[in-house]
Amino acid sequence: MELTTVWFALIAVLWAGYFLLEGFDFGVGMLLPVLARDNRERRLLINTIGPVWDGNEVWLLVAGGATFAAFPEWYATLFSGFYLPLLLILVALILRGVAFEYRGKRDDDTWRKRWDACIIGGSLVPAILWGVAFGNIVRGVRLDANHEYVGSFFDLLNPYALLGGLTTLTLFLLHGAVFLALKTGGEMRERAGRLAERLAPAAILIAGGFLAWTASTHHDVAGWLLFAAAALALAGAALATRARREGWAFLATGATLVIAVAGLFVTLFPDVMPSSIAAANSLTVDNAASTPYTLKVMTWVAVAFTPIVLAYQGWTYWVFRKRLTIERIPV
Amino acid sequence: MDALDLARWQFGIITVYHFLFVPITIGMSALVAGLQTAWVRTGKEHYLRATKFWGKLFLINFAMGVVTGIVQEFQFGMNWSDYSRFVGDIFGAPLAIEGLLAFFLESTFLGLWIFGWDRLPRKVHLATIWLASAGTLLSAYFILAANSWMQHPVGFEVNTESGRAELHSIWAVLTNSTTLVTFPHTITACFLTGGAVLLAVSAWHLKRRNQVEVFRPSLKLGAWVVLIAGVGVLITGDLQARIMTEQQPMKMAAAEALYDTSKPASFSIFTIGSLDGDEELASVRIPSLLSFMATGSPSGEVEGINNLQTEYAEKYGPGDYKPYVPVTYWSFRLMIGFGGLAVLVALAALWATRRGRAPTNRWLWLAAIASIGMPLAANSFGWIFTEMGRQPWSVFGVLKTADSVSPSVGAGTVATSLIVLTVLYGVLAVVEVGLFVRYARAGAPAVEEHTDDPDRPLAFAY
Ligand code: HDD
Ligand code: HEM
Ligand code: HEM
Repeated sequence: MELTTVWFALIAVLWAGYFLLEGFDFGVGMLLPVLARDNRERRLLINTIGPVWDGNEVWLLVAGGATFAAFPEWYATLFSGFYLPLLLILVALILRGVAFEYRGKRDDDTWRKRWDACIIGGSLVPAILWGVAFGNIVRGVRLDANHEYVGSFFDLLNPYALLGGLTTLTLFLLHGAVFLALKTGGEMRERAGRLAERLAPAAILIAGGFLAWTASTHHDVAGWLLFAAAALALAGAALATRARREGWAFLATGATLVIAVAGLFVTLFPDVMPSSIAAANSLTVDNAASTPYTLKVMTWVAVAFTPIVLAYQGWTYWVFRKRLTIERIPV
Repeated sequence: MDALDLARWQFGIITVYHFLFVPITIGMSALVAGLQTAWVRTGKEHYLRATKFWGKLFLINFAMGVVTGIVQEFQFGMNWSDYSRFVGDIFGAPLAIEGLLAFFLESTFLGLWIFGWDRLPRKVHLATIWLASAGTLLSAYFILAANSWMQHPVGFEVNTESGRAELHSIWAVLTNSTTLVTFPHTITACFLTGGAVLLAVSAWHLKRRNQVEVFRPSLKLGAWVVLIAGVGVLITGDLQARIMTEQQPMKMAAAEALYDTSKPASFSIFTIGSLDGDEELASVRIPSLLSFMATGSPSGEVEGINNLQTEYAEKYGPGDYKPYVPVTYWSFRLMIGFGGLAVLVALAALWATRRGRAPTNRWLWLAAIASIGMPLAANSFGWIFTEMGRQPWSVFGVLKTADSVSPSVGAGTVATSLIVLTVLYGVLAVVEVGLFVRYARAGAPAVEEHTDDPDRPLAFAY
């Protein structure tokens, strides 16, 4: 396989990892006002992701860095083209990150309410906008012959991309609810399980619609197969939540996210950012890539260090594997 | 202002802001790890209390370092897309490696440290903070390698066909002579900063005779770190000045506002006048010092701005190759001055507290408390000097800043993000300083009974 293909696949893996991991962080953040009735319960929810959210966010940073290194043209076009949505995402991630660390640092209800709002909004905005961004990438945007984005901000808010935003939103909500059912005990576990059960049909409708729309506009058999597999996994998640098989449900929502991202990248290939003006303007794995030397260096680094990173991140989840109950949260 | 100016302002503001938190993180993570090691080895309670106290302050700062870092990662693509296209082959690699090697390490192990009190075996828990600290150093190395490449590009060739810089040797980039001096200079400066935090906060408590058993050792530790790091900063800064004179002579000339080539060249402590090469009104000068800084010999020749301008115009084509001299001149002096001041305060504090003495001199305590701001100022001026002294280049001799900016992003868009981020950063600064002061004043916590009940409430929970 060519190294450009390898790196395209690796970037897909990084995004899939990001959605899989930060997906439930976002879900937990958005579900704060829905599932928690008082401050202690909110702390319970936040502490389920406390040890891991920062490590999960690094998947995004590495996805960005890897895109810069392996496909500089893609990085340049994407980040300058999607400027304002990215700015919104940045603001959201900043407020959210600080909020986790600061909300418990003062015993004051107004203080906590404000930070809770930051956690909720800071999870909601990226949960929608990442979907919008991916929708636009897959759909194609207005790129000129220099690969510069020449569309406007409002061009990015087309119906297809907005449905993409709703898709990530509902999938992350479901993923988060399932995660909470898996990670908490007692009353909260029951509540999260019930909510997940109710969210599942909405997710099937919206995500199914988005994937079907994508499949109907892109004739790519491998993509179709993956979308079908993602839909199956989602159906499996719905069944598992009904049966309260929390471990299986979490595996299934995780698989849905990973397989759907894989399907989108497979559909995209060999483009990385198609141009809706002229096919010749599209950025592809070839014309966006770094030199073979850089790709080779990066491949060695990735091969040497990714297993180590996966091992210690996995170990963190093992250390904090116990269900969290309200009794463990200080009053 | 056009998009270029706005993007420059944005880069400067956002990066200097990020670098307020970075040195505290780098310095304090190691100091907290050291205190915790002392506790694990000796079992003395005041070490544990110190670890928890400084650990809290460290975490309040760390949160800001993380979230402001995310912006850094994105802004090259957002505001500097032509730069990113041109150098991605080279510059992207250290950035990606930084993420994979350093950011995962930092964030994962810090998560384990925060939530792992009483949950992990003691020594394993201790290892997590050391690993997080190692992560901060790795992160610094790779980002400084990226930055050094802009100061002194090596290991690449410009492909005339694609018009892009292409990497030929990653080894050359990672062992760039500029990186090898910038890394120790920056890291020693970070330790100076971390030490000053300990010094200043401890001084605040000792002035009030508060928790002397915790804060006296902390004050001594902080002051010694400032002192030793100060020597390190001086030595590495001197090495850096020499390398810089070789690689970017214009920056050295601008640092002294030296317009005409001189041999030997004197160094002015300060100058009253316009610094535009006209007669200066007054200045205090040390003979031959600039020659020594730049070349290692008191009689060495130092090239002047005007001579270099002529030379560069011949080499790179017509244009203005002078950085903005007042900024380079003053930022260089302020860097050294503020850093030196912190070292003096540390010396005074050590002297006054020697052999169990408890000084009462109000001014000494006030100076010690103020010392927290000095290295922060020195760091900012250091970066402002380094980056503005390189102008008009973004990659020295290869790519101009004016050719780096995103062509598709309008001034209005950049202005929007500049305003949004500046306001947000301003608000967060107030919040973070407020919290920091609050926790600093609260003093060290009493130690809780240690229990082995697996269902006890969580320590250090959010
Ligand atoms: C000399 C050190 C140094 C310098 C010059 C910079 N940084 Fe930084 N950065 C760090 C040292 C550091 C750190 C010590 O590793 C931080 C600070 C606090 C923290 O959480 O980690 C960090 C955090 C941090 C993060 C968040 C990591 C996380 O989530 O854990 C990102 C994405 C960046 N930085 C990126 C950058 C970029 C793109 C820079 C250049 C323009 C930059 N930093 C300058
Ligand atoms: C590593 C830590 C860095 C710090 C603390 C830092 C600091 C600064 C400062 C203070 C400025 C303002 C100078 C001015 O506007 O004249 C600046 C500008 C700039 N820096 Fe850096 N910088 C860092 C790294 C980088 C890196 C890695 C890049 C890579 C692209 C970079 C590129 C630029 C650019 C493009 C500008 C705007 C143009 C300009 O210099 O005016 N800097 N930086
Ligand atoms: C004592 C004498 C000092 C000397 C001779 C010195 C020298 C230098 C030089 C020549 C540079 C620019 C390097 C370049 O652009 O290539 C620099 C940068 C810098 N200095 Fe200093 N410095 C001194 C003290 C300090 C102190 C006390 C601090 C902070 C506590 C500090 C922090 C920095 C920082 C953060 C930078 C930018 C990063 C870098 O390029 O390394 N310096 N210094």
